[in-house]
Amino acid sequence: MIKNFDELNQMRDKCASCLSAKFTGKDGQRHVVLCGGTGCLSSRSDEITAEFNRLIAEKGLTDKVTVNQAGCFGFCSQGPFVKIYPEDTLYRLVQVEDVEEIVEKDLIGGEVIDRLLYVDPSTNEKITKQEDINFYKKQVRISLHGCGSINPENIKESLGSGAFQGLARALQMDRAAVIEEVLGSGLRGRGGGGFPTGRKWQFAYAQPEGEKYVVCNGDEGDPGAFMDRSILEGNPLAVIEGMMIAGYAIGAQNGYFYVRAEYPIAVNRLKMAIEQAENLGLLGDNILGTDFSFRVHLRLGAGAFVCGEETALLNSIEGQRGMPRTRPPFPAVKGLWDKPTIVNNVETLACIPFILREGKDAFANYGTESSKGTKVFALGGKINNVGLVEIPMGTTLRELIYDIGGGIPDGKKFKAIQTGGPSGGCLTEEDLDVAIDFDNLVAKGSMMGSGGAIVMDEDNCMVDVAKFYMEFICDESCGKCTPCRVGTKRMLEILTKITDGKATLNDLAQLEELAENIKSNSLCGLGQTAPNPVLSTLKHFRDEYVAHIVDKKCPAHVCKNLMEYRIEQDKCFGCGVCAKACPTGAFVKTDYVAPGKRLPAYTIDQSKCVKCGMCIASCKFKAIVKK
Amino acid sequence: MAHLQEAAVKKITEICDRYANDKTPLMMILSDIQKEYGYIPLEVQELVSVKTGISVAEIYGVVTFYSFFSLTPKGKYVIGVCLGTACYVKGAQQIVDKFSEIIGIKAGETSADGLFTLDALRCIGACGIAPAVTINGKVYPKLTVDAVPKIVEEYKAMEAQQ
Repeated sequence: MIKNFDELNQMRDKCASCLSAKFTGKDGQRHVVLCGGTGCLSSRSDEITAEFNRLIAEKGLTDKVTVNQAGCFGFCSQGPFVKIYPEDTLYRLVQVEDVEEIVEKDLIGGEVIDRLLYVDPSTNEKITKQEDINFYKKQVRISLHGCGSINPENIKESLGSGAFQGLARALQMDRAAVIEEVLGSGLRGRGGGGFPTGRKWQFAYAQPEGEKYVVCNGDEGDPGAFMDRSILEGNPLAVIEGMMIAGYAIGAQNGYFYVRAEYPIAVNRLKMAIEQAENLGLLGDNILGTDFSFRVHLRLGAGAFVCGEETALLNSIEGQRGMPRTRPPFPAVKGLWDKPTIVNNVETLACIPFILREGKDAFANYGTESSKGTKVFALGGKINNVGLVEIPMGTTLRELIYDIGGGIPDGKKFKAIQTGGPSGGCLTEEDLDVAIDFDNLVAKGSMMGSGGAIVMDEDNCMVDVAKFYMEFICDESCGKCTPCRVGTKRMLEILTKITDGKATLNDLAQLEELAENIKSNSLCGLGQTAPNPVLSTLKHFRDEYVAHIVDKKCPAHVCKNLMEYRIEQDKCFGCGVCAKACPTGAFVKTDYVAPGKRLPAYTIDQSKCVKCGMCIASCKFKAIVKK
Repeated sequence: MAHLQEAAVKKITEICDRYANDKTPLMMILSDIQKEYGYIPLEVQELVSVKTGISVAEIYGVVTFYSFFSLTPKGKYVIGVCLGTACYVKGAQQIVDKFSEIIGIKAGETSADGLFTLDALRCIGACGIAPAVTINGKVYPKLTVDAVPKIVEEYKAMEAQQ
């Protein structure tokens, strides 16, 4: 039990020296740390962990080497990762079969295994340490603090890295002063809205004393965004601490986590962290010997995107259909069970301990005039370095895509980056030097959203992408208000007509009119932003829409009804592999023998072709093309 | 309720009692039942209604709202293809189409032999290994269309062995 501030500090000092002994090797042991994020676990990092444990026991190294999993390392496309302390050697793309070699050569022989090191694609240089990899160089870890280094299932490692120091400082301050500190840091909501967090707290603080609630929105639904999951998996205590500070500031004694049921690992680690904090008396009555009491409860979502909207989320916790409420009254006045409630996103709450621990200026030092601090982005799609990055606001898109993301794979051309998920828009080549912050992205016709950043290359059809988001919204619209329920359905129909090659320019005009109507008349953020992907692709790629409608062509060769497969006969060796691969027998032998070839070339009977693409994958000579 | 077996009645009652002290327990009760049985048919909803005092209409409304709750049983193997943006731009739709073609069911349906359910999932947050597919929780990273037939065969073979 930790009963007061002195005991907390003693515990921190003790745990910090253990942690530093682990990282520096002063404890005379070697430590194997594996990435235990969802991405790496899916690539069998738990089997790798088990193999380490088995071999270490077999070789009698149990008192010399420890093995544990940390949270997400962030660099998902290079996972699974294995890190060896104290040398700080980082092995990537590790397979179960590699474990024996790591144990033999590195753990026993003290030799670095070259072939498992990260290779810088531009210099071909092998890099031993994480911090020297370009992907990590420009990052600043505030909300991802501890993710990928500490063991999220062991509260002592969290305490050693500063957990609850922010809360301790807050508890020694006046409640209003805590809110001032958060206001002064310039922190804005990381879930998408960008509303100043301190202001939200002020509203709830100003309500009469009584039952109040803090709710953590962990219903991360934006397709392509996974920072909240990684924070909950990598350092759940930071979010709990952020919630407690919020609770103290507004006068709440209960906090609710609402987490997606799709995130079982995050849920488990959160449960574990809550239990360990309770056992140490850091959650419960009279925390750290003060009058402040706080309890944390966990609720799981059940697969409804709209529950990320704060009032829909509250309805879901109340056991109802997750439909948004009309505002005002805002949750700060009338929220969960009609009591004053603040709803903050996971990443937002994860910033709070830092702000209280290090002070508001340490946070506000990063960022731009209107957006302070850092933001986590989930880089995905057609980019070399897929993963999670935390960068100071004000970093340019070019730095994000090329310096950190390592550019576009296979020498393809960058086409657009989609930010803000189904509520956001696309940014193109001309926007690459924009400094990323809340207001700049909106000015350019997109938005920050929760931080999903999907890169598209020349092979992506922008009409198809817009249709993808519209399908998503159609599926997820809760049905409460007509513009969203019916309007998005109509928009999807028009988009389908366009990609099927059956639309007219009149349809395009109607699409735009509908978009404006849905935007201005929907009840909640989901509907109000639903047309954004269409509007933004129309703005930047109108010519692609027109090509679909007028020329009946899909320039990126994605829309099946608007393209066909052809054989370039001069490249065709007549080997017949394509004809065997074709499920519908669409390949026909011709009489034509190309110069320098021995067998007659094939052609495709378009009436039989179902455009499955099996032939293209089978042809070694790249003689089959999409037109 | 006449159709429910005694053991099921006992289990569902126990689940309802688990949350007796919570203010609004409906979501938690339904999640537990879904996890236990794989679906929440009307008879079960009636029983929950009796135990909690919440009307069947309201319970039915909640069950049909959330995609995790199902009124009909799922297949023995639930194939979930992630259709999040990162997976989509890397060809996840073609993977759904392939499963659909091979098994002969559309997304959201269960095969007549009760073996497979095909679900198109919203982002499962595994964008680093896109396109991702889960089958009963086991994740298949960076899946290609060509690999799909083999996976279906493996499950069928496993079933034949049993």
